[in-house]
Amino acid sequence: MAGTTLFEKIWQAHLVDDDPPLLYIDLQLVHEVTSPQAFEGLRLAGRTVRRPDLTIATMDHNVPTEPGPIRDEISKRQLETLRENCKEFGITLHATGSGSEGIVHVIGPELGLTQPGMTIVCGDSHTSTHGAFGALAFGIGTTEVEHVLATQTLVQSKPKTMLVRFVGTLPFGVTAKDMVLGAIGQIGVAGGVGYAIEYAGPAIEQLSMEGRMTICNMSIEAGARAGMIAPDETTFEYLMGRPAAPMETPAEWHELRSDPDATFDRVVEVDVSHLVPQVTWGTNPAMVVPVDGVVPAPASPEDERALEYMDLAPGTPIKEIAIDRVFIGSCTNARIEDLRAAAAVVNGHKVASTVRAMVVPGSAKVKLQAEKEGLDRVFTQAGFEWRQAGCSMCLGMNPDILAPGERCASTSNRNFEGRQGAGGRTHLVSPAMAAAAAIAGRFTDVRELG
Amino acid sequence: MRELKSVSSRVAVLDRADVDTDQIIPKQFLKRIERSGYGEFLFFDWMKDPAFELNRPEYEDAQILIAGRNFGCGSSREHAAWALEDYGFRVVLAPSFGDIFRSNAVKSGLAPIELSEVALTELKAAVSAVNELTVDLEAQEISHPAGLRVPFELDPYARETLIGGLDDIARTLKREDKIAAYEARALSG
Repeated sequence: MAGTTLFEKIWQAHLVDDDPPLLYIDLQLVHEVTSPQAFEGLRLAGRTVRRPDLTIATMDHNVPTEPGPIRDEISKRQLETLRENCKEFGITLHATGSGSEGIVHVIGPELGLTQPGMTIVCGDSHTSTHGAFGALAFGIGTTEVEHVLATQTLVQSKPKTMLVRFVGTLPFGVTAKDMVLGAIGQIGVAGGVGYAIEYAGPAIEQLSMEGRMTICNMSIEAGARAGMIAPDETTFEYLMGRPAAPMETPAEWHELRSDPDATFDRVVEVDVSHLVPQVTWGTNPAMVVPVDGVVPAPASPEDERALEYMDLAPGTPIKEIAIDRVFIGSCTNARIEDLRAAAAVVNGHKVASTVRAMVVPGSAKVKLQAEKEGLDRVFTQAGFEWRQAGCSMCLGMNPDILAPGERCASTSNRNFEGRQGAGGRTHLVSPAMAAAAAIAGRFTDVRELG
Repeated sequence: MRELKSVSSRVAVLDRADVDTDQIIPKQFLKRIERSGYGEFLFFDWMKDPAFELNRPEYEDAQILIAGRNFGCGSSREHAAWALEDYGFRVVLAPSFGDIFRSNAVKSGLAPIELSEVALTELKAAVSAVNELTVDLEAQEISHPAGLRVPFELDPYARETLIGGLDDIARTLKREDKIAAYEARALSG
């Protein structure tokens, strides 16, 4: 009999019932945007939360990142609604100002809530982030949020499996963000639809947990609801001592890997030996080229539309594209290692006079740690704005948005039309590349920055 | 949720690939805590363009949308499905859908029906002559007045949910004994 995949092992272990498959959920993460209608649904039907002990909430999408009270009345109401719902249903809330708040996909791992072998859901498509710990984690809609609140289960059709194997040694100065953007460029934005991805290979094994989270985070940008990486010593070491993690590594965590003879429905190889830092040029994350490349000639009506929206001409060298804004933040790239990488580039330099740049730490704890290390001063002395934790300009639900026509080098995950503000133009890059762009005022290969 | 057995209506065609949920309903409308009233904000930025497909008078009152590959990719916001349904759509026909959108659509009374590019090309040709289709979920067939018939497949559980306008939570709660047994096993393990 052929071996089983990591995905299959977790799936089987959580199968409550078959036909259609009913999956037990070990942890649901809740935030203010996709939950109010779910809680209201429970109330209307007279239902309760089955396992408040397996449910954790935070405030992230709407929160302002500047000090002071929230001014947007509608956002305020949504945040207050979350607070009331958590109180009514007995759910732990990491509220703004508590010191443990932050982007839902940053605080889950930070608190040790995210653990190998778990099933984890959240009303957010970047829930795949938690797969970096060898968990089956995926985004769901509000009705499914309600379903999990009421039953702690989900009816799911079983996805196919895809192995993305990174081969070769990652060159110096090239990061996890470049790996995942390169992979999405190869797979396409719809290539992962219907699949759960497992990322593997030596370049993955050498990554820190922060790097692995960046990779798994962007699985949905290739269309895959879930992305995962087998846990190893790096994983166990990261979790050791975190508040919700076990005191000792459970023996079964060592079994959480695909068997050597396991088969996948699709296998994709990505060679990273000659990978160059990546920059997106268009309006989806697969529209990506190396920084030493040029804006490509359009190959489809979608490409033509993207070029028009981005106001770019084919053949333009990426390094000649000037930017107005820089955003270092988001559930993709706002962890301590990301801020360290950006600060290392910024140190001793100044933000170009034509650029407005900001750093938004992923959580209150990341912010505190960065301040302990003096990273905040590196950023502010260079001319960056140093903000409070939240999703911020990744999707611009708070006041942090691009003005129409503004061009931004962003460490976030989506360059969709208007994502960071109506008419705004987003280029996705790594934290180091965003920092380099802030200094140069245009895209530049961070490895060439003196 | 409204039942959806069969719908006969005009058809709107939005021939673009990879339409993401940020376009379907931009972020500023996700701050609301209500579940209804999103239809007027559907494709908020694109609607400002008079040449945008859904602004065509011949698409008015269409309840069936023909879309491109990977429709509804990106964010998990169920508001996208709510906005389409609230605007008046009951069915989306496309070569493929974003995984989360597909599941959200079913739970919002909006049928996401996957068809081959060939079948969609035939349907588009047919509706450009006479703009009407019937999508019958019970018979799992799409038909055009000129005689064209296209069968389709829909996940059986999703189909039951749509046809009956069913509450998935109530259906799952019927399996309560299985959930309780799983929890007992997990605790003892």
